[in-house]
Amino acid sequence: MTTPEKKDKAEDLRVIGTARRRVDARAKVTGQTRFADDIALPRMAFCKLLRSPHAHARIRNINFSRALAHPGVYLVLTGKDLRIRYGVLPVSQDEQALCLDHVRHVGDPVAAVVAREELTALNALDLIDVDYEILPTISNPEEALATPTPRIHEYGDEGNIHKRVSLQFGDVEASFAESDEVFEDTFFYQGNTHLPIEQHAAVATRDPDGKLTIWSSTQTPHYLHRALARVLRMPAGHIRVIATPNGGGFGGKSDPFHHEIVISRAALILDRPVKIGLTREEVFYCHRGRHPVLMKFRTGVKKDGTITGMHLQTLIDGGAYGSYGVASTLYTGALQTTTYHIPRYKFQGCRTFTNKPPCGPKRGHGTVQPRFGQEVQIDKIAEKLNMDPAEFRLKNAVKPNSLTANFLELGTVGLPECIRQVVKVSGWNEKFRKLPEGRGVGLACSCYLTGAGLPINANAMPHSGVQLKLDRGGGVTLYCGTSEIGQGSDDVLAAIVAEVLGIDTFDIRVYTGDTDLGPVDLGSYSSRVTIMAGNAALQAAERVKSLLAEAVGIKLSVPTEQLRFADHYVYDVGATARRMSFRDAICLAESKFGTLGTVGSYTPPKSAALFPGGGVGPSPTYSYSAAVVEVEVSPETGWLTVSKVWIAHDIGRALNPPLARGQVEGSVYMGLGEALMEEMEYRRLPKKFSHALVHKFPSILEYKSPTSLDMPEIETVLVENPDPRGPFGAKEVGQGPLLPIIPAVANAVYDAVGVRVDESPVTPEKIVKALAEKKAGRAPRYGPKHFPAVNWGFTLFVPPPWEGGDGYALSDIRSAAHRAG
Amino acid sequence: MPIAPEESKKTAQIKLVLNGEEMDVAFAPYKTLLEVLREDLWHTGTKHGCELGECGACAVLVNGKPVLSCLLLALECGGTNVTTVEGLGVNGELHPLQDAFADLGAAQCGYCTPGILVTMKALLDSSANPTRDMIREALSGNLCRCTGYLQIFEAVESAVLNIAEAKKQASAA
Repeated sequence: MTTPEKKDKAEDLRVIGTARRRVDARAKVTGQTRFADDIALPRMAFCKLLRSPHAHARIRNINFSRALAHPGVYLVLTGKDLRIRYGVLPVSQDEQALCLDHVRHVGDPVAAVVAREELTALNALDLIDVDYEILPTISNPEEALATPTPRIHEYGDEGNIHKRVSLQFGDVEASFAESDEVFEDTFFYQGNTHLPIEQHAAVATRDPDGKLTIWSSTQTPHYLHRALARVLRMPAGHIRVIATPNGGGFGGKSDPFHHEIVISRAALILDRPVKIGLTREEVFYCHRGRHPVLMKFRTGVKKDGTITGMHLQTLIDGGAYGSYGVASTLYTGALQTTTYHIPRYKFQGCRTFTNKPPCGPKRGHGTVQPRFGQEVQIDKIAEKLNMDPAEFRLKNAVKPNSLTANFLELGTVGLPECIRQVVKVSGWNEKFRKLPEGRGVGLACSCYLTGAGLPINANAMPHSGVQLKLDRGGGVTLYCGTSEIGQGSDDVLAAIVAEVLGIDTFDIRVYTGDTDLGPVDLGSYSSRVTIMAGNAALQAAERVKSLLAEAVGIKLSVPTEQLRFADHYVYDVGATARRMSFRDAICLAESKFGTLGTVGSYTPPKSAALFPGGGVGPSPTYSYSAAVVEVEVSPETGWLTVSKVWIAHDIGRALNPPLARGQVEGSVYMGLGEALMEEMEYRRLPKKFSHALVHKFPSILEYKSPTSLDMPEIETVLVENPDPRGPFGAKEVGQGPLLPIIPAVANAVYDAVGVRVDESPVTPEKIVKALAEKKAGRAPRYGPKHFPAVNWGFTLFVPPPWEGGDGYALSDIRSAAHRAG
Repeated sequence: MPIAPEESKKTAQIKLVLNGEEMDVAFAPYKTLLEVLREDLWHTGTKHGCELGECGACAVLVNGKPVLSCLLLALECGGTNVTTVEGLGVNGELHPLQDAFADLGAAQCGYCTPGILVTMKALLDSSANPTRDMIREALSGNLCRCTGYLQIFEAVESAVLNIAEAKKQASAA
């Protein structure tokens, strides 16, 4: 790993930017991290869910009397016990903890058994008789468009269309007319899943005072808290959600889940703890992973490579429920403008329901698919214009602190530096179009949010809060609602506080993910924790520091601005011998001010995107990445090997460089999995059976993911140009570096053997098919050939900032243009 | 009144040595070594990711060899010597592998880590100076979704050097 830009030495940071053991490392390497399934309580019972074997059916009747009579069974629950609908987004309250009368995908839960032993509960599931009336199923968006009835849900924009978006920022067709060339390409991005090694698990118990506590492997304790209060009709203040450290999340543990609600109800009824652990097959059927997306890009360019406009259409396979789908739909069109300047932009997106497990957010939420299309199309455009793809990208790169056509406010932009770095370290100029047949390099770039700028549940409150408590022994305790999912969020919070107070990260106790103990944090998603919880921690730490400084300043007769906190001391920078230990400083301040504690919070800046749909895309700032992938492809078999990956990531500042590098490499790894092999594939069972849509291989063995043998060498460059919006200048790193990998692989395959695979994953089979096309003299390509007709409805017109736009749609009464007539 | 379920009757019993300590344990006979370790012996350091022998999270050492404890009936383990992640450190000191994993970012979420640590211990026990290819090969049955493996390779290599250095110092002293 290299860091090209040396940090300013004058800052003299002691903790931030140094390679440190993370605060929770010891627990992890000794097996003492307490994951949800490691929790066992006295009198604990076990729950199993009966799940639908049909992809679409009405439930006529459920008879569970035999199950209830089975020895060891305590309780059977059905949809009648949990009637209230919920869902993570306010606009998609379409789930039921147990389906009342309608199942929409294989794996939809219909009943729950709670028993003394897990095996007893499992055995009793066989004793529940469910009478289903099987309904026709929809397996993909084209079928959904062609089959408006029967509807999978009673809500949605039309028929089996869940959400439809049509937005236009400037007259794109006029731009195309003035372009030297307009490129039109269709791409398909296959769905895939998170595959965290930890299967979801949870334990719920009724507290001695009658309240409810649940421990769960969730990335979003706050949203689970809300869903539980809603469905159980309990005051939220009587519910305590504790997010246990997640054994991997990647977005898959961001929804409130059936099993969490079911065991909570069961624990309240039985007045004893109830545990559930999902099987791997159940985890596959819970899914909430990457949406399959069909895309059509039309991009206009001038001969000199200037982009004039872009029109993107996306058709999205949502699966059976809403989940984050409305946001996912908007995300497929939100960030196309954040890498290259696109003066006019039109986006149309359509998410349909299908009878498959619901899709949702996975690392790079909704933006991975269109980034693949955009970056492959750019490779095609650059080739046609006879330009180097790196040069094309540099020429069009967005400017820092600028506004995009769709009113996203960019912060620092490290994209050009990332491109220059990967071009340099990969030897791009010596390799591109110069390697022998069968070897190739591909370049791609990306951009990602540093935290969603708007909350899911509209309100004006902070997105994150931190509470600090200082005790007389010199200890500092930090409380925050964040969820540690392996990314290192506890260490980020400890590092920021340690830096400000001049202590060590191991002097700080970090209590996170507990709705009773810590102020609300919205959760570990959208790469929001470092900037939001980090800024909240920074504010809390600065506040308590000023209390300590005031007390110490008076005692030592030193102006507070001359005091420095470092190495467990508060000292006079002018005369370092004049000092006081951190512990004594606490006692002094406590004598003066009373018990010491401060809070900090963070609310993102107001967004400039005021049009409907503008809530998705804004972020306090954005990260940038560029990657070069080198591949070897066998022209005979299509066998594809990635030999090396070079990646540069604009992180603002790396708070703990080995952890930052780990996030980059983990993203590259996951990107390679998506690029090369991972896919959620379904098949229909024969009609004489159930005709159900089942997962082709709901097991880790058959859902291929890269192993230690498949990982190429990765050279990571962290580009550090601190962004004033982030704590100590930090931006996100957990998701962005995944995005350039998939298009870079596809572009490298083209460089190696001259064929385009416009569909993920890029498999040997597809390469061979494309090579056969090439040999037959047809277009050397494998990928979708058409984009179906979609009734997009009314298109909102929003003039871009440079055409007098004020962020509102023209038709909006709040728009100045509207009022001016 | 709920009746005792047949499934839970602890009719099986074995003796084994777990992390150097002799143990007697009674359990329901269908249980795997993984389940008995976690549920009957309260050693929850060993994890599960599939219970089908596919992910490697449940790896433990039986008589020094890495095995997938989810595929092994506990009944087959009578008289064996079992090492789990809880048995790697000595007297509160971390094993050099654990230190290296903690310092070099080799554990992110930490869920696959126990299985990987014992698998790597078996490798180092059989080969004091493994090449990266040997590390890759030995790790190929342990899936990690967080790290991309590279920092794990580096941590193992760092531990190898530290163990060799400690040995050199011990023999010099």
